[in-house]
Amino acid sequence: MSRLYTQDHEWIDVAAKGSGAEATVGITDYAQGQLGDVVFVDLPDAGRAVTKGGEAAVVESVKAASDVYAPVSGTVTESNPALADDPSLVNSAPEGDGWFFKLTLSDASELDGLMDKAAYDAFVASL
Amino acid sequence: MADDADLKALPLDALHRRLGARMVPFAGYAMPIQYDGIIAEHLWTREKAGLFDVSHMGQLLVEGDGAAAWLESLAPGDFKALQPHRVRYSLLLADNGGILDDLMVTNTGKGFYLVVNGATKHADIAHMRARLPAGLSLHHMEDHALLALQGPAAVAVMSRFDLIPESADQPAFADLKFMAGARWLWNGVKLGITRSGYTGEDGYEISVPNSHAEALAEALLAHAEVKPIGLGARDSLRLEAGLPLYGHDLDPETTPVEADLSFAISKRRKIEGGFPGADRILDQLFNGAPRKRVGLAVEGRMPAREGATVWAGETQVGVLTSGGFAPSLNVPIAMAYVATAHSADGTALEIEVRGKRIAATVVPMPFKQKNYVREGDKK
Repeated sequence: MSRLYTQDHEWIDVAAKGSGAEATVGITDYAQGQLGDVVFVDLPDAGRAVTKGGEAAVVESVKAASDVYAPVSGTVTESNPALADDPSLVNSAPEGDGWFFKLTLSDASELDGLMDKAAYDAFVASL
Repeated sequence: MADDADLKALPLDALHRRLGARMVPFAGYAMPIQYDGIIAEHLWTREKAGLFDVSHMGQLLVEGDGAAAWLESLAPGDFKALQPHRVRYSLLLADNGGILDDLMVTNTGKGFYLVVNGATKHADIAHMRARLPAGLSLHHMEDHALLALQGPAAVAVMSRFDLIPESADQPAFADLKFMAGARWLWNGVKLGITRSGYTGEDGYEISVPNSHAEALAEALLAHAEVKPIGLGARDSLRLEAGLPLYGHDLDPETTPVEADLSFAISKRRKIEGGFPGADRILDQLFNGAPRKRVGLAVEGRMPAREGATVWAGETQVGVLTSGGFAPSLNVPIAMAYVATAHSADGTALEIEVRGKRIAATVVPMPFKQKNYVREGDKK
């Protein structure tokens, strides 16, 4: 399993490289720190098709609503039911129990443009 | 977004950064949006005391013979009857009755001390100067910062400060009631203190020379009950308290009656008129306004934001002007302007958020009971 990152501060875990593989998506610790206290997450329903860079979810902090984009194209298979009861998991465990949704990839080559952890950490440090 | 280089720094800029604030542009200044987090800061203010830097707001002094009468030509308050050391909430009105700003007016005994919004202060000053008669002076106190200490522990904290009354005819600090104010000397520094605020909590707003603002802030923060609170919690606190925010819930297109602020039109002014837009405003007051500012309890957990539309069936009947999550109530709440026919408490409406309809009910404001200590209340 490898974790990749976008410049919009989403992470994606891919179980295997290949179209049809399942992946898990969330937002990074840096992103949750920028958002502040998360009070609601509007998650996509299973079966919804998402496209790379397109809106996939909305995360609501006390102050504002922010779009979360799909790191790659695919079809949503599940959204995190725990976030309905405890949206603050996004703050306390953004890269763990606070995951957003799972999807099956429609084009595994879209992973090629994403950053690994070292590249993402360098990107955040440059902000 | 304004480039950081275009932003003015508040007198407490260095302190905010030292305290770990996240700074954002607001009203032309770099201002602290949060320190520990909005929810923690909000709840701390409701339980203990929060220190807010509101130095972006405009502090003005109006002095000279006829100052009260002149203010009455701009705003619908009864300033001739406002007693020395008393504070009133008022509205700066355009000729058509629209709200140019909301403000606090204190009778200092020598004139009037006004606090206006930061984003509107330059327009307010231009509006006032253009109408200022000979013999009256209008002074913008740019050399003063403004701090707010808000919360149930505010009184206990301030009681530990050695405050010497500036004059013999003013209330002792311990007897300062809600919506009253005067000046005291603290270590030789003149502080203008009103018992007022914008959180729904008891507390004070303190005007202090820029040169001593940091020393005062540090002295307040030295008390265990006091933490610094950012603009984010200031917004969620005022929303729970049902208090409108200028530029969002109030604007030049909106009258005091529509804004449900008719209490700011003093009884004598309702009878006599003579304030800008009086014909329109008094007509609305007696015959009804087409729309009204209301509170909405939002069903479920998803916040609805400013700009979201409000519906009764297939008819749009209003729009949200503020909306968010209420940390003390743990639910989303909102303020909206709705057609008067749909403004009664208990009216079931819907809000459209990202193409979805969510149920909402018109409810009385404040959403959260205010904790003011008014004159006559038991201490």
